[in-house]
Amino acid sequence: MGQPFPFSAIVGQEEMKQALLIAAVDASIGGVMVFGDRGTGKSTAVRALAALLPPMSANVGCVYACDPATEQQWCADCRARSEHTALKAHRIPVPVVDLPLGATEDRVVGALDIERALADGVKAFEPGLLARANRGFLYVDEVNLLEDHLVDLLIDVAASGENLVEREGLSVRHPARFVLIGSGNPEEGELRPQLLDRFGLSVEVRTPTDLGARVAVVRRRDDFERDRTVFIEHWKKDDDRVRRHIVKARARLPAIGVPDSALERAAQLCMSLGTDGLRGELTLVRASRALAALAGDAVVGDDHLRRSASMSLRHRLRRDPLDDTGSTARVERAVAQLFGPGTAA
Amino acid sequence: MSDADDEARWADAALAAALIAINPTGLRGACIRAPHGHARDRWLGLLRDYLPPVEPLRRVPVNVGDERLLGGLDLAATLGAGRAIAQRGILADADGGFLVLPMAERFNASTLAHIAAVLDTDTVVLERNGLASRTPARIGVIALDEAGDDEEPVRASLLDRLPFLIDLSGLRAKHVDATVFDADAIALARTRLARIRGDDLCEAVCSVAMKLGVASVRASIMAIRAACALAALHGRAQPTDQDAACAVRLVLAPRAAVLPEQAAPSETRSDPPPAPDESGRNEPPPSTAGESDPHDDGDESDRPDMPLDELLLAATVAAIPRGLLQRLRVQDSGASRARTDGRAGALRQSMRRGRPAGTRPGDPSAGIRLNLVETLRAAAPWQPLRRAARAPSLARRVEIRRQDFHVTRYRQRTQTTTIFVVDASGSSAINRLAEAKGAVELLLADCYVRRDQVAVIGFRGTDAELLLPPTRSLIRAKRSLAGLPGGGGTPLAAAIDAGIALAEQVKRAGHSATLVLLTDGRANIARDGSGNRERAESDARAAASRLRAASITTLFLDTSPRPQVAAALLAAAMDATYLPLPYADAASLSSVVKGARAPARR
Repeated sequence: MGQPFPFSAIVGQEEMKQALLIAAVDASIGGVMVFGDRGTGKSTAVRALAALLPPMSANVGCVYACDPATEQQWCADCRARSEHTALKAHRIPVPVVDLPLGATEDRVVGALDIERALADGVKAFEPGLLARANRGFLYVDEVNLLEDHLVDLLIDVAASGENLVEREGLSVRHPARFVLIGSGNPEEGELRPQLLDRFGLSVEVRTPTDLGARVAVVRRRDDFERDRTVFIEHWKKDDDRVRRHIVKARARLPAIGVPDSALERAAQLCMSLGTDGLRGELTLVRASRALAALAGDAVVGDDHLRRSASMSLRHRLRRDPLDDTGSTARVERAVAQLFGPGTAA
Repeated sequence: MSDADDEARWADAALAAALIAINPTGLRGACIRAPHGHARDRWLGLLRDYLPPVEPLRRVPVNVGDERLLGGLDLAATLGAGRAIAQRGILADADGGFLVLPMAERFNASTLAHIAAVLDTDTVVLERNGLASRTPARIGVIALDEAGDDEEPVRASLLDRLPFLIDLSGLRAKHVDATVFDADAIALARTRLARIRGDDLCEAVCSVAMKLGVASVRASIMAIRAACALAALHGRAQPTDQDAACAVRLVLAPRAAVLPEQAAPSETRSDPPPAPDESGRNEPPPSTAGESDPHDDGDESDRPDMPLDELLLAATVAAIPRGLLQRLRVQDSGASRARTDGRAGALRQSMRRGRPAGTRPGDPSAGIRLNLVETLRAAAPWQPLRRAARAPSLARRVEIRRQDFHVTRYRQRTQTTTIFVVDASGSSAINRLAEAKGAVELLLADCYVRRDQVAVIGFRGTDAELLLPPTRSLIRAKRSLAGLPGGGGTPLAAAIDAGIALAEQVKRAGHSATLVLLTDGRANIARDGSGNRERAESDARAAASRLRAASITTLFLDTSPRPQVAAALLAAAMDATYLPLPYADAASLSSVVKGARAPARR
């Protein structure tokens, strides 16, 4: 696969980039769903994010890339090995795993290792994509076209953080904590509401309507295709800056204060919109915290809530099938009512 | 169509083939709209002639399976070798060449998504059957669109990635004889291409794209590449304005979604936009298309003082075929149809339709497919034992016994399309059109819960009209109903015919169809549009028995103030569940309907 397009060279699409950065800072946000027109750089942005992320520390020889720092979350294999020897750690790039549309269930969850079974008659587990995505990103392009039974499976695992395999006489459980990133074009089929709700953030991307931006998109794409190495070199500095930004924000994140007033505001906003359950509120607060961390602010304020409201809540509104007001408009209206008129991000 | 227009169309098509051949990595193919026949074969022949001999054209059948498309486990080799052996798929094999997709409009979404992913990333990602690999594959796609006027077009996700959308329908043999270019000239152009840059065109092309309402940025990029390829073809160092105009005409014009407000003044602008009732697609394109022959550079240079984007726009507008916008609106209304997979090759694939519901041990038989990978898995653990029991000469073979057989189970998709056929004639309007609309809206909410698709046919005056093709967008269903005016005659026969036609279409797509007919049953317009009540009634009865023969689940809601015997008889003739509406508010109507529907839908 060729080198990806640099993240910082993507023109516009601020909300999408913001959401991806939030997910990169706080993995517990629960994933990002990117809906949008064709040719708006959805998959480009996700692949670009992958190239940006700083490497992470992992146990050597562990297929699930268990984190040396969090022993209670280790896989069975790491635990067993640690009883005999001290495990070594190494730094590896954050995994970004593509879940292609035609992937079969066995490839996703893992299955009996056919080769070893045939050759040695051994019942061995061959980890699947969910194992490889542990602690990283699972990217599903055209997630709305994914087969239903795979969607069910993803929902289960994404919610529990653990993959349970019971098939072909195998009984395996292993950690599978990943940030689900989906992209899709709503015109090509709707996403089931249950899956949509699992995504922490949801962003909508549109084709830029301003000539200058469009010209810039076309120019940069053309330059990139012409000579990737030169282009990537040109944007390396900016990409490095974004990476440092993420690292700093991650370090700052635990110290960001969430005052009661902000929690109250978040609750008010969710109540006025009538979102189902607490997931919306939690996500809104978390996203605002990550935004504060990215901005270098010490506490969550109205501005952060305002800017993360749309992406945190728009996909959780109870849909009245006969009301054609867009969800985004409804969120923005509620935000304006609560925070007073201003520049909603 | 006049000969000159047809010749010009062919010249443009041939030019597109030449441009693809000049830059096969940048201009990744075309969509050819034409029925199976000479013109299409000629075009493919041209493309083959123009392309370097190493670039293969490879046909992909419409029902291609993922295992052939992407590759997977080579079972014969795996069994022979006793270890997993991967098999390359069509996509990987087609590296450096073009895929030809006949009946592209019938390919299912997931197949096209795989192809689109390879177009985007130049890589085949394989994650199946316990195999994982990435294989480089730089492919192009020639989509052959054979859709009829009333059928769904090729999926927009594919069209968005193809530079040229060419319509060859209606071309005669004499038009397509011209060879136009020679392969050596194209080979020479290919060598020149690397030095040509189209940066200067960027702004003008983007501006034209915006004015034409072409949303995707891909189209602009492809137009610039086409202009560069044109410059290479003509031996120029840089694309000229004429090259740009021609490229924009070829790439952007067929995608135009709006007519630009202020286009350059020229005689072509005097063409009025197509009247709404014009049949459209058979209309000739405006005459300037004939003048913009690829070899004729003089055309646009007559207006040298125009800014480039205006000039490009004028060229493009001239090339927008009349009726295109009309057609676009129709397409657009279908664009948000939730087209999930399983719609392609419907009847043929019916044995394996539905969501896989796992596998179970069992013998394959008619209609039940052996799941080879699961069978192999079941057999694997026993191999050492079985091998030991066998003669050593056969020891490397994998032994599969009958008890290892696993078959795939599928659960039938329960996607239902509810077709509302709503009587908006004068007699019904007086009675309870408003109430019926209210009931339909409540039913729509019900459909939303079950994620059914809905379609709306309205009838009044002399004809039935498809107001809303099957969609999951209930907002649009609501809007189309709200906008339904009342009044006029009751062309019941035409309405039933339209309902049957749509239901058959839905069935062909593999969904089940339910017809909800809301009428007072007082037919007074015959099939031929005449106002003869007797003939209208006999026509309606004939249509009703056709409906019965088609065995479509039907619900007949009598909207007249008092239940009519005639309506009940008609309902019986169509084997429908008959429901006279009591005087009731919309909510209780809906509850009656819901109650009646449950058994009707099995």
